[in-house]
Amino acid sequence: MKTLFPVAVVVAAIFALWYVFAVVLNAPWAYSKADRAGVELSFSEMVSDTMAQEKPRLPAPHQVGAEIWKTTVEKKITSKRSLIYHGWITLRATLLGFAFGTGLGVLLAVSIVYFRVMDMSVMPWIIASQTVPILAIAPMIVVVLAALQVNDIVAKGVISMYLSFFPVVVGMVKGLRSPDRMLLDQMKTYSSSASQTFWKLRLPSSTPYLFASLKVGVAASLIGAVVAELSLSQNGGLGARLLAGSYYGQTIQIWSALLSAATLAALMVFTMGLLEKVTLKRMGMAQ
Amino acid sequence: MNNAVFRPKEATQVTETVIEAKGLDLTYQTNDGPVHALKGVDLTINKGDFVSFIGPSGCGKTTFLRTIADLEQPTGGKITVNGVSPEEARKARAYGYVFQAAGLFPWRTIGGNIRMPLEIMGYSRADQDERVKRVLELVHLDGFEKKFPWQLSGGMQQRASIARALSFDADILLMDEPFGALDEIVRDHLNEQLLELWARTNKTIGFVTHSIPEAVYLSTKIVVMSPRPGRITDVIDSPLPKERPLNIRDTPEFLEIAHRVREGLREGHAYDD
Repeated sequence: MKTLFPVAVVVAAIFALWYVFAVVLNAPWAYSKADRAGVELSFSEMVSDTMAQEKPRLPAPHQVGAEIWKTTVEKKITSKRSLIYHGWITLRATLLGFAFGTGLGVLLAVSIVYFRVMDMSVMPWIIASQTVPILAIAPMIVVVLAALQVNDIVAKGVISMYLSFFPVVVGMVKGLRSPDRMLLDQMKTYSSSASQTFWKLRLPSSTPYLFASLKVGVAASLIGAVVAELSLSQNGGLGARLLAGSYYGQTIQIWSALLSAATLAALMVFTMGLLEKVTLKRMGMAQ
Repeated sequence: MNNAVFRPKEATQVTETVIEAKGLDLTYQTNDGPVHALKGVDLTINKGDFVSFIGPSGCGKTTFLRTIADLEQPTGGKITVNGVSPEEARKARAYGYVFQAAGLFPWRTIGGNIRMPLEIMGYSRADQDERVKRVLELVHLDGFEKKFPWQLSGGMQQRASIARALSFDADILLMDEPFGALDEIVRDHLNEQLLELWARTNKTIGFVTHSIPEAVYLSTKIVVMSPRPGRITDVIDSPLPKERPLNIRDTPEFLEIAHRVREGLREGHAYDD
């Protein structure tokens, strides 16, 4: 309840601003229509017109809401116009990419922590990889992987992975290095082997860091999947809906796909948070 | 007085040497030049001794303990533990080490923490259970096996840490200011328990401390050290009986030893200034 109120206030503020901008941005089109029809437009007529245009510059929230309702609840989920259908396609690619990214990230982190050569040679490349615009590199990856006869969903997963492995590497390296000297010395007094130190000390110590990374990673993964769908739009997905919307100037469709993607990301981050809570509680690390 | 080493009179009965250091040097290379953490340290510790190392910060007492444990490498001289090198002794799991902080793993219960070295050393599950139960009783923590570290007070955590160091029955127990962070009352209590534990297990204990009363109360042998370079200035064999109630600290014998320790510490400082 305590958290609900501030959240509600922020949401209300966003909606209010959104309506104001909808009026301001759509007004020119309303006036121009009236001008051509040779009628004078009162302020209230203008406002009501900006709320109900077919291809507004900025659709009003209720227009987007109605579109989302129409394309989720009222459409069969097998329909190509259903947002749930497209959302599911995106979600699959996201989860696949997230799994790839997490795996790759953990693997890289372990090798960076254990091999100084990796730390020196690979880390700069990992950072450089994130400065390349994903939008530019995604089509190349699609083309290359298609030439290699790789499944489309895997190709999307790879693009997703490209974004999501980074936070995992950074977080895991920090996490695996988090045990202080005393704890490491302690393991040494037991004459613990390197693998025992890894499984019994380093890995458990890194868990809170891993979850922090996973939350960032899963959101990045969704962005990767959506971007990949701009290049692989024939397979559908929220990215394909965005692209189709922009081809035909269907701003309402674009905004509803955008909002759906944002909701999906929020849900996944929330799920990760829940998983984090449960895991840390079971490990005894949450008090 | 510099570098003078006071050797105790030869013991009359036959004793078994556990730790022996001869002319031990340890020098760190830093940007400001070499730091002599230990210089010319000679010391013999016999089986069943309770040896305290006392001295101001930087006198090398912790460094010496860590050298015994093979956590630091000497740059000169010789040291043996159970007749072999510290590294071999460590690999043979000859000692348990208690650090300044309890160092319990937050994701493991108290029982799980004590089990950690046992798992690493490959004890069977049944053996682990039996040992966890036994050492928890030894430090009076029975019933806390399933609790997580954060559910225990600082003193209890430190006791759990001692239990863990005892769990694999090493004959040597090395303790680096284990009660340094605890308040006086808890500390007294733990000191009493430690003596009782020492009497029951007959271990050889190396104990680093800042506190003169603690050192005198616990030890059969008190090693006074001083800094720059870290060295031993006095070795005092305590005439106090093995049986020591807390009020022994008000006896003249006790105060006399405490006085000698204080003098030793002062000399180390006077030389330095």
